[in-house]
Amino acid sequence: MNSHVQGATPLDLERAALGYRRLLARRCALVVMLGVLLVVSVLADLASGASGMGLGQLLAGVFDPDSLSATERVIIWNVRLPYALMAVLVGAALSLAGAEMQAILDNPLASPFTLGVSSAAALGASLAIAYPLTISWLAPSGQVTVAAFIFACCSLLLLQAMARLRGAGVESLVLFGIALVFSCNALVSLLQLLATEDVLQQLVFWTLGSLARANWEKLAILAAVLAVVLPFSLRAAPSMTLLRMGEDRARSFGVDVRRLRYASLLRISLLAATAVAFVGTIGFVGLVGPHMARLLVGEDQRFLLPASALVGALLLSLSSIASKLILPGVIVPVGIVTALVGVPVFVALIFRRGRRL
Amino acid sequence: MNLKVDGIQVAYGRRQIIHDLTLPELPTGSLVALVGPNGAGKSTLLRALAGLERMRGQLSLGGRDLLQLNPTERARLLAYMPQQLPPGIALGVLESVLAALRVGNESDVLRAAFEALARIGIESLAEQSLDSLSGGQRQLVSLAQLIARKPQVLLLDEPTSALDLHYQLRVMDSVRELVREHQLMALAVLHDINLAAASADFLVVLHNGRLYARGAPQDILTPRLLADVYGVEARVERCSRGRLQVLVDRALTPAERA
Repeated sequence: MNSHVQGATPLDLERAALGYRRLLARRCALVVMLGVLLVVSVLADLASGASGMGLGQLLAGVFDPDSLSATERVIIWNVRLPYALMAVLVGAALSLAGAEMQAILDNPLASPFTLGVSSAAALGASLAIAYPLTISWLAPSGQVTVAAFIFACCSLLLLQAMARLRGAGVESLVLFGIALVFSCNALVSLLQLLATEDVLQQLVFWTLGSLARANWEKLAILAAVLAVVLPFSLRAAPSMTLLRMGEDRARSFGVDVRRLRYASLLRISLLAATAVAFVGTIGFVGLVGPHMARLLVGEDQRFLLPASALVGALLLSLSSIASKLILPGVIVPVGIVTALVGVPVFVALIFRRGRRL
Repeated sequence: MNLKVDGIQVAYGRRQIIHDLTLPELPTGSLVALVGPNGAGKSTLLRALAGLERMRGQLSLGGRDLLQLNPTERARLLAYMPQQLPPGIALGVLESVLAALRVGNESDVLRAAFEALARIGIESLAEQSLDSLSGGQRQLVSLAQLIARKPQVLLLDEPTSALDLHYQLRVMDSVRELVREHQLMALAVLHDINLAAASADFLVVLHNGRLYARGAPQDILTPRLLADVYGVEARVERCSRGRLQVLVDRALTPAERA
C-alpha cells in the first residue's frame, strides 16, 4: 500500500505528529485567549454603569473596600461585582450544559432553552409568583427560585426517564423536549391570563431573565455547582468525542452509551436548573455558545467543553455590558440582549462557515 | 483463537430476524464474507456479534464467553465498523482515529493511528478535516479507526459500499493482509458477490435469517445457489486468470422463483 490518495501530499509519521501537536497547542492557546478576553470583559462590565466610577477606583475598591464611601461600597459589592460574576457563571453553566446536550443527543439544536428546561423553570417560578405559600423560613422570592429549580430538575428527570426507556432514541428525547417547551409555555400563558395586573407584571419580568437577581449566596452556589460538574464533564470528554462519530461505533469501541448519556443529563440538570432558577430565562447562550466554541476549537470535547463554558461566559458578560448601554439609564434584562445580539452573530458565523465549506 | 457462533437468535419485537444460526468455527487469519439478499439478516447478525443487538445463543472467542464480558473488555476483542461515518463532525482525520483509541501514551497512540491510515493508503489525508472528505474517503477513515484498535475480530458492515473499484479491491486486500499478518479474523457484510468471491477465504450465505450455505467460494457458489438465494439466472465461471466470476443473465420471474 504505497500509493496515495489523489490530490494529497505524502506525509510521514513525524510530520503528522508535529502537525497534531501544533493543533493541540493552537487549541490550548485559543482556550487561554478566551480566558483573557473574559477577564477584560468582566473588567469592562464592572466599569460600565451610571455611577461614573473609573476602573482604577473600582479595582482599588475591590481590593481595599475601606477606601470607598458607603454608597460606592454598595454599588461595587452589592451591584456591580455580583452582576458581573453572575453573568460569567450563568453563561458558563448554560453553555457547558448546551455543549453536553448537543453531544449526547447528537443534535445541534439541543440546549436547555430548546429542550424545555428554561420553560419548566419559568412554569415553576410563575406558579410560585401567582400562588405563594406561607412558609416561615422561606421568603416569596426564595420560593420562586426553589420552585424554578424543582421544575427545571423535574423536566430533566423526565428527559432522563425517557433516555432510560428501552427503544427511546435520541429523536424521541428531542421531540419530547420540544413538546415540554410548548406544554410549559401554554401553562405559563394560562397563569398569565388568570393573574392580576400586579402579578402579571412580576410573571413577565421573571420570564425576561435578569442578572438583577444576583447575590453572593447565589454566586457561591452556582460556582460550587460548576466546580463539581466540570471535572466530571472533562473526564467524560473522550467518550463524548467518540459518541459524536456515531452511537454504534462508540458502543462497539467500549463506551457504555446509556450510562454516559444518563450521567451527562444529571450534570446538565444541575447546571441548567441552578442557572435558570437564579436568573430566569436566558435564551441562546446555551445554544450559541457551543457552536461558537466548535468553530474555534473543533469537536474534540476535551477542548470543546471548556471552550464552550468560556464562550458562554464571555457572551453573557458582553451582553451584560450591552444591557447597560442600549438604553441610557436603564438596565435592559440580559435575556433580551442575548437574543438581540447573540442571534445575528450566530447567523453570521453560520453563513461564514457555510461559505468556507 | 477461533470464533464460535452457536444457536444465535435475534428478534426485533416479535419479528424473528435470525433463526437459531450456528456457524462452523471460524479460524484466525481468515476473512469471512457474509452474503445474501436484502433482508437476509446479514447486518443484524454482525450487529448482534458486536453486542449492539440483544441476542440469544452462544458466542465465544478462543473459549472465552463473549456474552459475559463487560463492554470495555468485549471492545478489546471485537470492533464493529458501521456503514458510514456521519457527516458534520469538526475533527481532523488523524485526531478522529486517535479518538477511537482513547487510551495509551501519546507517541504510541500516534504511531498506531498513523500506521492504520498508512495501511489503507490514506496517511496523506491525516491533517484534513473529516468534513472535507468524500463519502468514500470517510469510509476509509472509518476502517482506519477500526484497524488502529487492533481487535481480534473485525466486524465490517459493507466496508466498500461507498468506494470506487480501485479502493474496493485495495480495502479488501489490506483487510486480508492484516488478518493474515496478525492472525486476526474479519467478518464483512458484502453485497458484491464477485468482490466477496475474490477476497474472502470463506463465504457465509444467509437467506431469510437462516444459514443457507458456508464454505470456500469455489465450493459453494453455484447457479442453483444464486437462483435460490438471489432469484437470478447466473453462471459461475473462471476468468483467464483463474478468478471466480458470477455472470448474471437475468432476474427470475416470481413464478420461476416459486
